[in-house]
Amino acid sequence: MLHYASQILPSLLSGAWMTIKIFFWTLIASIPLGVVVSLGLTSNIPPLRWILKFYVWLMRGTPLLLQLIFVFYGLPIIGIIFQRYDAAIFAFILNYTAYFAEIFRGGFQAIPRGQYESARVLRLTRGQTLRRIVIPQVVKIVVPSIGNEVINLIKDSSLVYVIGLGDLLRAGNVATARDVTLLPLVLVGIIYLLMTAVATFILRRVEQHYRAWR
Amino acid sequence: MLELKNIKKQFGNRTILNNFNLQVPDGQIVAVVGPSGAGKTTLLRCISGLESVDSGQFLLDDKPFDPANNRDNDNVIGVVFQDFQLFPNLTVLANITLAPQLVLKQSKADSEKRAQELIDQLNLTGKESLYPYQLSGGQKQRLAIVRALAMNPKILCYDEPTSALDPDLRQTVEQIILGLKRDQMTQIVVTHDMQFAKNIADQLVRVEPIKA
Repeated sequence: MLHYASQILPSLLSGAWMTIKIFFWTLIASIPLGVVVSLGLTSNIPPLRWILKFYVWLMRGTPLLLQLIFVFYGLPIIGIIFQRYDAAIFAFILNYTAYFAEIFRGGFQAIPRGQYESARVLRLTRGQTLRRIVIPQVVKIVVPSIGNEVINLIKDSSLVYVIGLGDLLRAGNVATARDVTLLPLVLVGIIYLLMTAVATFILRRVEQHYRAWR
Repeated sequence: MLELKNIKKQFGNRTILNNFNLQVPDGQIVAVVGPSGAGKTTLLRCISGLESVDSGQFLLDDKPFDPANNRDNDNVIGVVFQDFQLFPNLTVLANITLAPQLVLKQSKADSEKRAQELIDQLNLTGKESLYPYQLSGGQKQRLAIVRALAMNPKILCYDEPTSALDPDLRQTVEQIILGLKRDQMTQIVVTHDMQFAKNIADQLVRVEPIKA
């Protein structure tokens, strides 16, 4: 059995690598974009607010699976063609930005007006106020919710099988179907658990870092 | 000297200040008293530029002065808020040095040297590396005062400085305010506490609600 496991492990790990790439790029792009969109959601320019609210509603109100299918199979009809991998990254970033934006919106709204006012009488610019005062406080508030989404993202990444990308789950599925054994799927489960364990550990450390102040 | 001439401030069609006049001579303490809802805090917010006025004029040292758009770092109006509004994510020292470094472009060493002087003066020695949540109410207030003083303000304003404190701390606040007066600091204190106002003020100003 160990021999069999070592035989299929390379293909599982290459699948896991795809999962990690999607995970990584989605986070790198959608967390900062989420901050920007959340600022737009609370801006005092009504048309901007409406457009972004519609975007968030659309992204959160439809299945990610549908969005993946739409980007890869649907958009080419109107001439927008993505490679499989790019389509997956694009759909994931669009989807996760919406969730992160809503989380950050809640965080920003929890900061009392007085914080902006005391920064203003100290002559800090808007940018300095956001960077040095507001965003650190928002991050502290949102880390637990962001953590939830991060864990979800690891598992959601398995949805890319629908557009034919070879991720971890697909690698396990292929091996199970070929060799008529459940072992690959057990290994897949273990690898997902390891990945979420690492993410959980890192998130804990971040939370601890922000525990220095209240 | 700060002068307010015919200041008018409305929220919607509710007039808060109507043709309000005030002179704040250098080095003096002006206490603004009056019932709650009369517009004391609004007056303070207009002076510190957090609200713009509808009409009237501010003069600072005989020159026209617009608090709401003033960006001149020689003419800072410092504010000690009722609930202090310290920055919870920064240590005591960083609360004080943040604006001098970012706005006045002081070096880290200079800003920390000045901060340390003020910390010692206001009896916060040893608290430099604590975070605001670790301070008592009185210490928070003194930190708020130090933070404002570090910007070398022309005038220091207080919004209800006694309301968030235990009654026995009132005297400490009086001593701090009178101590800063000895250093020639011009101060405007909004309070509903008449006795406190009389103890500290060179000039008492009453703000009354305006009948519609």
